[in-house]
Amino acid sequence: MRWNKAFTQGDRNAPPGLFHASGCVRKAAIKGLLAFLAFGIMVDAAGTEKKISIYSPASNYSLSVMDFNGIEYVGLLEVLEPLGTVSGKAQGRQWKFRFQRREAEFTVGKARCKIGGKDFDLSGNFLLQNGRGLVPVTSLSTLLPHFGVAPITFHSSARRLFVGNAGTQFTAEMSKSTPPAVVLNFSAPVSPSISTEPGRLRMVFTRDPLALGGPQTLNFPDKTIPSATYDESNGAAEIVFTSSAPLMAKFSNNGRTITVAAPAQATPQAQTPAATPAPVVTNLPPGSPAATPVPTPAPSNPTSIPATAPRVFAVVDASHGGDERGAALTDRLPEKDVTLALARQLRQELQKRGLSVLMLRDADLNLGLEQRAATANAAHPAIYVCVHASSEGNGVRVYSPVLPPATPNRGVFVPWDTAQAAQMTRSDDVVNRIYGELQKRQLSVRTLSAPLRPLNNIATPVVAIEIAPRGPDVLDVASSSYEQMVASGVADALWQLQASRQGIQP
Amino acid sequence: MIPRYLQITAAVLLGGVLMMSMYLWRMRGRMARPIARVSDARPVAPPASGPSEQVTLFVAYDNPGILRAQAATIALPAGRQQRAEGLLRALVNIYLEKDSPHPLPAGSEIRSVYLVEPGTAVIDTNAALADSHRSGILVEELTIASMIQSLTANIGGLNRVKILVDGKNRDTLAGHADLSDFFDVSAVNGMVEKLGGG
Repeated sequence: MRWNKAFTQGDRNAPPGLFHASGCVRKAAIKGLLAFLAFGIMVDAAGTEKKISIYSPASNYSLSVMDFNGIEYVGLLEVLEPLGTVSGKAQGRQWKFRFQRREAEFTVGKARCKIGGKDFDLSGNFLLQNGRGLVPVTSLSTLLPHFGVAPITFHSSARRLFVGNAGTQFTAEMSKSTPPAVVLNFSAPVSPSISTEPGRLRMVFTRDPLALGGPQTLNFPDKTIPSATYDESNGAAEIVFTSSAPLMAKFSNNGRTITVAAPAQATPQAQTPAATPAPVVTNLPPGSPAATPVPTPAPSNPTSIPATAPRVFAVVDASHGGDERGAALTDRLPEKDVTLALARQLRQELQKRGLSVLMLRDADLNLGLEQRAATANAAHPAIYVCVHASSEGNGVRVYSPVLPPATPNRGVFVPWDTAQAAQMTRSDDVVNRIYGELQKRQLSVRTLSAPLRPLNNIATPVVAIEIAPRGPDVLDVASSSYEQMVASGVADALWQLQASRQGIQP
Repeated sequence: MIPRYLQITAAVLLGGVLMMSMYLWRMRGRMARPIARVSDARPVAPPASGPSEQVTLFVAYDNPGILRAQAATIALPAGRQQRAEGLLRALVNIYLEKDSPHPLPAGSEIRSVYLVEPGTAVIDTNAALADSHRSGILVEELTIASMIQSLTANIGGLNRVKILVDGKNRDTLAGHADLSDFFDVSAVNGMVEKLGGG
């Protein structure tokens, strides 16, 4: 199945003289007052978050749109600034504007303007706000060619404007892999924000000139991902996948390919012969070390894990991501970046020991807490590990959940808010094992408990790890040697846990 | 010669413009005031009424990340709910001081404490406390544990506590510590025990 779309593309009746009659003076005064008040109300209403996105070969950008008298306006200078040299100057009610070598003159409250000496009519009156010249959004497609910016393709209902041949082609294909996946191939790298909710995976393309021109629906011959829809609104394009299971998106090919699939069930590495590629559970781009099949486990301990191990041993969760940046460790270092790096290190260390790993997040994407818990529970792992980072304090802190004493659960279902209750003792055991291993590495380590979601919603042993710098230098948390040391300690502890479950002497 | 009626009209319009300007100036001042309040670093005054009493406050110390029980003498009103509010306001005052062991954002306040049913307390903090709170598991946990432990150590009979921000439910304090549910006091005791510090 193929889904392919190529994209290449004032009041004119001024009031009579003020001085000819007292009635006119009164009317003019009232009009002035009303106009003044209306302007105030309009300015207030301008706080809504309407956006227009402009895509050009030079730059892709989004601007705020303001509503005045039911007409959407945008700053002309801001529209053209990324495309060339602009200047604008207000002189009384006139606004003189220059783009490249073309000059234009606008009058406040008038729809007619002059561009290069020729008259041009806007679809609404020109406005000036704090020195910013505002023109109706709907005029852009006809106005910009007068400044030499052409050709223009404008998706007016979604406020998406394409200049020249800016545009990204893409195809969507159902792959016959196991589990089935939808592969999106783009003609240029894309960076959508991705969010998930029960039954849906949503990709929003704000900065990417992705366009089909209108809503479209595609049906796939698969029960897990039966359909996807494409739509555009408020300066962005959106692809929404419906699904009967939690979905994950994997970026590859330098951002040109996105694969959407349900998380696979991993086979333990020890069971996988070296010649047979192991199912890729992780969602790293192909070619990266951890996503390629691991030939032979290279554990620090020689004993391999027998075949009765869970199909996914550990779910590793890099906390935060996407718009949710976590703590600002420094001005330029958000927590989400450190957690992802540490999670990748941990995955690598676990895989070296022959333990299969499911990474919940392997890119900078939004992932809700409910979704994290749902995916972790669906994978039935032996352990869930979430990683955090902090600039406060020092060393490593290993957390177990905070829950009231468990009440016996006699039903079939486990309460969502206390799903962890029955696993608390096992979680504490994991915490203590990790504490011991990190201590062996001369790291400053503490065991604590914390009210931290989604720990309480996960029905398997859980642990949260928060790394802080070892000394005064906050950037130490991003040091790969430190992260590797922590990851190796945690992986050793988890390997021992698995070995003890299988009755193997580590 | 400008006719007299035009002079009067011009004067009336000028007066109108002046009045509008004054009105706008006042409105501008009113809009600016909440911002000034948020950046006001002065500590919130504890209730002055009521006899002074010795209480135990569990004060958070960022370094080394522990809670310490500290005796404090503060004026507390007679009502149980007012006492709870007085206690927590005194605790927040400590965190707003210059050399605080666990600094809270300027303008942090306890708006109210409600003892809504036997055994349940609801602490309502203002937005300044949560919006600008430092982010991290431990640093957020210290704030929460300190408030709950100080409250339950001095107000008997509480077995669960809820924390609201500006009267509304909130998912986390600053991205980590979960505020979406009630805190079980016995579970918080366990958490405080692990924090240590006595």
